[in-house]
Amino acid sequence: MLKNLFRQCSLTIGAAAAVLILSMSVAKAQSINEIVITDGMNNARPIAIVPFSWSGDTVLPENLSDVIMSNLRRSGKFSPIGLSDMPQFPTRDDEVEYAAWAAKGIDTVVVGSIEPAGRDQYRVSFSLVDVLRAQITGGESKSLVNGQLVLSNDHIIADREKIINSGDFRQYAHIISDIVYESLTGEKGAFLTRIAYIVVRDRDTNPLPFQLAISDYDGANETRLLSSPEPLMSPNWSPDGNKLAYVSFEEKRSQIFIQDIYTTERTRITDYPGINSSPRFSPDGKKLAMVLSKDGNPELYVMDLATKRLERITRNRAIDTEPNWSPDGKSLIFTSERGGKPQIYQVDLATKRTQRVTFDGEMNLGASISPDNSHLIVVNRTQGDYHIARQHRASGDMFVLTKTYLDESPSIAPNGSMIIYSTMHEGKQVLALVSLDGRFKARLPAVDGQIKSPSWSPFLL
Amino acid sequence: MLTNNKFRTLILAAAATSLMACQSGPSEEEIAAEKNREAEAAAAAAQAEQDRIAAERQRVQKAAADKLAAAKQMMENEKQSLVSMQTVYFDFDRSTIKPEFQSVLDKHAAFLVKNPGQNVVIEGHTDSRGTPEYNIALGERRANSVRTYLTNAGVSGSQISVVSYGEEKLAVMGTSDYAMAQNRRGVVVYN
Repeated sequence: MLKNLFRQCSLTIGAAAAVLILSMSVAKAQSINEIVITDGMNNARPIAIVPFSWSGDTVLPENLSDVIMSNLRRSGKFSPIGLSDMPQFPTRDDEVEYAAWAAKGIDTVVVGSIEPAGRDQYRVSFSLVDVLRAQITGGESKSLVNGQLVLSNDHIIADREKIINSGDFRQYAHIISDIVYESLTGEKGAFLTRIAYIVVRDRDTNPLPFQLAISDYDGANETRLLSSPEPLMSPNWSPDGNKLAYVSFEEKRSQIFIQDIYTTERTRITDYPGINSSPRFSPDGKKLAMVLSKDGNPELYVMDLATKRLERITRNRAIDTEPNWSPDGKSLIFTSERGGKPQIYQVDLATKRTQRVTFDGEMNLGASISPDNSHLIVVNRTQGDYHIARQHRASGDMFVLTKTYLDESPSIAPNGSMIIYSTMHEGKQVLALVSLDGRFKARLPAVDGQIKSPSWSPFLL
Repeated sequence: MLTNNKFRTLILAAAATSLMACQSGPSEEEIAAEKNREAEAAAAAAQAEQDRIAAERQRVQKAAADKLAAAKQMMENEKQSLVSMQTVYFDFDRSTIKPEFQSVLDKHAAFLVKNPGQNVVIEGHTDSRGTPEYNIALGERRANSVRTYLTNAGVSGSQISVVSYGEEKLAVMGTSDYAMAQNRRGVVVYN
């Protein structure tokens, strides 16, 4: 279903190529695939993803087990072992020699097979095996069902069989990864998600240096939605994952747009004098929070997208900006310098009652709230350094997560496990990942130009 | 001899005759010619007068055009020299106009007051520290303080528009103090 939408996207993007001076294309650029894990593999749980067997005689479109391995590795929670460390290469549960894996310190093994299933069709089966449990039961645990003792196979944590098309390999690898991740962590996986970001090419040599791109969460399948001679900013996903709101300077002033990523159809939402900035969809997708300076200085507004009616939220001579919604949609957190330096405040949308929520550090900026409402994620400035930090909402404790340079634009995965943000590495803006617990850190090197303003999509299935 | 004298007399008579003929008044042709001559002279004089006036007018016009061209050239020159000093720089997280840039802005103001048809865009920029969205707000505040300075100096607000690019159009890439300082700027752009 998702895949079909992507295909539809390619077609309509091609048809809509002639929009103003902006070029739209499905340029399949080099992806930001090569992840560099910079910290945290010691804390990860070992797991074995045994290469899936293939009984056909053609070359498979994609290596399923490789994609699953790299997914689990970059979740920060797992450390998939290499092929040379595997004692055997089973493809089904009943081929697994439990003791051999247990001796290697591996308590979880994923095995699977791929068979031809007709023209362009493949039958993919896999099992997630709990080696320790299987050692106890000998792989033949029995339980009472309707008064009869039957084989329960409770050492098999999950198994599936599905027929897929050649174009669906990556997507299905993400689905298997989600199943493995959720089975073992109790938390929903976020492998079937995407990211939106801004690419800035060399302004001297490129007539359209500012580009809005989306890709799978791991950088694969990059699609350029828009290329412009003037800056693009602040992409933000609609909760249904179909649209992006963003700021464009294509008319030499800031305007807010909403664009459907599948039809590429776009609508200009605001064109007020002054700043049109920081669009953020409400959790129900019906409203857009934004910053406008049409009434004198930057203030928060909420627009009802159906009626286009604007409600002014803040009224203050200082800068108020960077609104973000609380998960229940009843309040906004935002950056304000009403106290002197930028700090995070929260305003109740019904009462307009406003309170300051951050106090640690010289500045706190660009806040968002974790999906479970437990933490605030901010850009924290302490002793002149800008780092991503999390603040526990109940206790107010602030914990700096990153050690990179000039960190900004943090965006949380929909399962709350990981933050993607923009940072400076060797003089270039690149994207980086940090887990919410701060243990896992990785970098996604830019291949051409600067990459900034990442926005993590909601769950797409 | 006689013959000679007679001849002399004859010549004299002839001469006298001819003298008598003069004394008898100009011929019709002579009068017409004279009139023509007078008319031509008058016409020539009138023409000369006309030419003189035209030349004078032309001279005045040319002088005016030259003056205008000179003024225009002067304005262009002035504009060019202003364009070469279109940027003012700010301190970190600040939007106040530093004293060393007041004289530059005074020149822009004087020029804009003198040329009310001339419009400018004030761009506000920041360095790459802080978040892009906060920097849009900060950049606007910098651009606004340039606008306020110019309007206080007598420039009509309708001549000035403002746009903030925040950290989206860095003048100098990199993270050195020099790059940061070069990026915190307001730019007066003539169109």
